[in-house]
Amino acid sequence: MTANNPLLKVNNAGIRFGGLKAVSDVNLELKQGELVGLIGPNGAGKTTFFNLLTGVYVPTEGSIELDGDKLNGLAPYKITKKGISRTFQNIRLFNELSVLDNVKVAYHSLAKHSIMSSIFRLPKHFSEEKYMEEKAIEFLKIFNLDNVLHEKAKNLPYGQQRRLEIARALAANPKLLLLDEPAAGMNPQETEELMNLIALIRKKFDLTILLIEHDMLLVMGVCERIYVLDHGQLIADGTPEQIRNNPKVIEAYLGEEVS
Amino acid sequence: MNILKGAKGFWSSIVLAVVFGIVMQFLITGEIINFFYVNTLYFIGINIILAASLHLIIGITGQFSIGHAGFLAVGAYASAIITMKLELPFSLGLLAGGVAAAIAGLIIGIPTLRLKGDYLAIATLGFGEIVRIIFLNIEYVGGASGMTVTQLTTWPWLFGSILLTLLVIRNFTNSTHGRACISVRENEIAADAMGINTTYYKVIAFAIGAFFAGVAGALYAHNFFIIQPTNFGFLKSFDILIFVVLGGLGSLSGAVLSAILLTIVSTYLQSYPELRMIIYSLVLIIMMLYRPQGIMGTRELTSFFKFGKSGKGGVNDDSKQPVA
Repeated sequence: MTANNPLLKVNNAGIRFGGLKAVSDVNLELKQGELVGLIGPNGAGKTTFFNLLTGVYVPTEGSIELDGDKLNGLAPYKITKKGISRTFQNIRLFNELSVLDNVKVAYHSLAKHSIMSSIFRLPKHFSEEKYMEEKAIEFLKIFNLDNVLHEKAKNLPYGQQRRLEIARALAANPKLLLLDEPAAGMNPQETEELMNLIALIRKKFDLTILLIEHDMLLVMGVCERIYVLDHGQLIADGTPEQIRNNPKVIEAYLGEEVS
Repeated sequence: MNILKGAKGFWSSIVLAVVFGIVMQFLITGEIINFFYVNTLYFIGINIILAASLHLIIGITGQFSIGHAGFLAVGAYASAIITMKLELPFSLGLLAGGVAAAIAGLIIGIPTLRLKGDYLAIATLGFGEIVRIIFLNIEYVGGASGMTVTQLTTWPWLFGSILLTLLVIRNFTNSTHGRACISVRENEIAADAMGINTTYYKVIAFAIGAFFAGVAGALYAHNFFIIQPTNFGFLKSFDILIFVVLGGLGSLSGAVLSAILLTIVSTYLQSYPELRMIIYSLVLIIMMLYRPQGIMGTRELTSFFKFGKSGKGGVNDDSKQPVA
């Protein structure tokens, strides 16, 4: 990929549920290695936009391209294989599975052994499963989760569940990571740890990150650029400084000034 | 290291099972246990296969299917046609029963597995009834009066089938493919987002489950001299469902255990026909009140032997967890 081409290119994308335009005419570009924020009031369509990017919804208009490949209409698991991975606003871990197995599920597309070789326990099964296990343990060390490997995901404290979800999303080996309100429900100390974690994984995995967040401290602190969504439409984009002083954004959040 | 240890326990349990099978064979051929008990034993065996096969669909993949008797029927009739009409050997009948049911599983699974929860339940219930009514109206297989079948099911065939069923389902579950199925059960949207082809794994689990239900059908047909469409009504589906729920959704050993227990209970209650259904239902109600997670919960029998080991890093060990 050449440095000039954007990693993600969204052209006039939108979705309509019956007569309701949830998201419309969104134009957005992300360059390789950027950390970009997506903010907006409640109900602005931020999560819906993430669902468009990941294939949960199929856009009714416009196009979405990753690295020049069109993503419109692909099944979610295919989009993940192309390199977009995400976390969820309300944590969606595999609760009854262990921490280790949660990550191993994300490695599933790497596995080369067939169902038959697993059923008949052929050598390939053992070597591949062992490779996945070792890789997952190595990986969880980065996230300080290697001391709870065999704990069920549902038994982890909230902060660790958030961290595990990010770890699992990264294990799917994405080029673009989408984080949906990663700091929701966290106290200031946990939020700070999260900011450090995001900075760390970004450097380590050479990632591009798009993040939805309500915590302005976090957004203004880590993001290089910010897009603002309101009523399903982009109303502003720019550096944190520009966004902070943009009258349209202030209006969207605080209402119109009474003169 | 862990894998090696697991393999050792695995082979010793297989050896134990085979020894048990051979001992039973001597007891049966030597007529040391009487016909009534042998018959109960066959009943139990067939129910174990049915429970294990439905466990893969409901307990592991989380697809609430209540038309399992339909696959049982397809397997029973397909194998009976092979042995009685075409006069081919029983081994072929067994295989044909499984394959026919697996194909039925694919045909019904591909369109219906896009449905979720209640909708899937109703669709599979409908499938079970359709199968029953089709066999009711085909003269070739005897229609309502049924089809007479020679008794060909023997202990070695039955035991071999049980062993194969449990092995295949266990091995499938404890692999990346099984984990993919469990992830569908746990959270389908997240599984999709992790790159799992959820529809594929739902259909695969459905087909494997249907295959073994078909094998059970073949064994069933060749054990009772006659098969009739009424044997495969939705009550039969519920019987199988109850094994899985009572054993604990997600536990293979739980499903097997409850299949054994409930078969014994209902066999002994046959001498009190007027009380049978009342007591049976009471057992279920009490069970659901006091142990809604089933006999085993999601745990397996083997986890009890590892208790001492896992106690070290168990749930209550908060001291080791860092402050998050």
